[in-house]
Amino acid sequence: MATLVEKTLEQRVRGFVEVENLSVSFKRKGQSVHVLESVNFKIEPGEFICLLGPSGCGKSTILNVIAGFIQPSSGFVFVDKRHVDSPSADRGFVFQQYSLLPWKTTYQNVEFGLKIRGVPKAKRSELVNYYLNRVGLFKHRHSYPHQLSGGMQQRASIIRALVNSPSVLLMDEPFAALDAQTRHMMQELLLTIWSDLKTTVIFVTHDIEEALFLSDKIFVMGVNPGRIKEKIDVTLDRPRHADGLLSPEFISLNRQVFELIREETLKSMDMD
Amino acid sequence: MSTSSKRSLKASPLAKVNTTIAHCFKALSRRDRSASNQQKLNAQVFRRILSLVLFFGIWQLLCLNRFNFFINFENVPSPIEVAQATVQFVTGNPMKHIQASAIRVLSGFTIAAVLGISLGILIGWFKKIEDFIFLPLELLRPIPAVAWIPLAILMFPTSESGMIYLTFIGAFFPILISTIRGVESTDLLLLRVGQCLGAKQWHIFKDIVVPGAMPNIASGLVIGMGNSWFCLVTAEILAGRYGVGYITWESYVTSNYPPIVMGMLLIGLMGAASAYAVDRLTCLLMPWRITKKKSA
Repeated sequence: MATLVEKTLEQRVRGFVEVENLSVSFKRKGQSVHVLESVNFKIEPGEFICLLGPSGCGKSTILNVIAGFIQPSSGFVFVDKRHVDSPSADRGFVFQQYSLLPWKTTYQNVEFGLKIRGVPKAKRSELVNYYLNRVGLFKHRHSYPHQLSGGMQQRASIIRALVNSPSVLLMDEPFAALDAQTRHMMQELLLTIWSDLKTTVIFVTHDIEEALFLSDKIFVMGVNPGRIKEKIDVTLDRPRHADGLLSPEFISLNRQVFELIREETLKSMDMD
Repeated sequence: MSTSSKRSLKASPLAKVNTTIAHCFKALSRRDRSASNQQKLNAQVFRRILSLVLFFGIWQLLCLNRFNFFINFENVPSPIEVAQATVQFVTGNPMKHIQASAIRVLSGFTIAAVLGISLGILIGWFKKIEDFIFLPLELLRPIPAVAWIPLAILMFPTSESGMIYLTFIGAFFPILISTIRGVESTDLLLLRVGQCLGAKQWHIFKDIVVPGAMPNIASGLVIGMGNSWFCLVTAEILAGRYGVGYITWESYVTSNYPPIVMGMLLIGLMGAASAYAVDRLTCLLMPWRITKKKSA
């Protein structure tokens, strides 16, 4: 019985993401606004990447293009060598807003993707229950979303994406609406799950500490037009714990990133 | 907030004691609250009964004094006369009339619900269908049931089907419009959720659009049920012998006033009761909303 779960956890050679010359612009009042200009990067399977930048730098736009929600003006996205042009279950998405379907219980929400793909009931329940247990939601499996706290809803959203074993997990400021304590717990939980699954993660945030704590690499983004300004390797040891936030290495990285972001934030404020 | 199951295993015995104490306090305050809730409820029931007593009392007084200042109560049947008419009606053969009316309203309402919901979903979801049928429907919508009487007589083979058509007209438009609004207001976020879980059109439709529209559809059904009863008197102008609306209209024609008011009140009562029943039934279909009310 346990073999099924193990199998789905083992098969990790997927999750190779390539973004080539990606530009996004749209027309506003007859003028074209460049949201993103020639963004290039490659992500290896199993990497945890943060897109970090001030608001308006287009970091969520990159995520939306990779998800297939919006079409780029030029350039391409490939996931596992396949061209991305529309949303699919191999790119899981966790939204900033609470996005569980209000008319489904926690269990039904997590099960939804598997059910759509016609996975047999017994397999579904094994997988869903495994993940519910993994994030401590098993006893809330029959609750409706409005009966859950914000942190619980986001945990359910994360496993709703992961249960489909996506090549890449896209996370758009998923913890931004949570209080500081809950946010820390969620970050630690996310890292433990990720270290088991080794799913490629692209995580959008504007919080420097969050980016440093979570990621292998940070892509710091600039504004006007949105682009990747610098790629920073986060060399902090794993597994990471909250007390690591006080290490000298962490503090010096934090300062370095802070300076980069500060420049861009000032630029974006001037333009407004 | 407890998160992983690992964490809860670590809970110390002291913490357990603390939570037990907290539970006791909660239980106590809950009992207090339920006692004061009971009082509040009693006061509420009392006020509502009083409102009815005042309503009928003032009406009786206006009739007794033959009130006549712009509005004339001289010929208005008093509550006592209405009560006498009611007793007469009830001891006669009331079920024949009630049944006839209820069947008409229920048939009209059921057809309206089926057509209104399915057309509403199609119009709300498919732009082309909206282009093809929405304008003619908008043109028909403001026409009141009374104006349909001549055509109902001309178009339908029996007066029974004509009457059902008139009650249908009353219910159809509110159900249609609410369904369209409900479908159109589908949350883009939830559509995206479905897409990146691999949902194709059918699943998005069945699991996201339709359940999302259900609260709107439900309020359309409640309003539609009320409107169906509105249209009953109009419909039963066509009636041969039975129906609550028929009694009301017939009594007017024969200048027998008390049964008119009785018929009006009876229609009000049955309309309110059936609208309430529709409300309850639709709530049963949406368990995720009932619990919302309770927890609020």
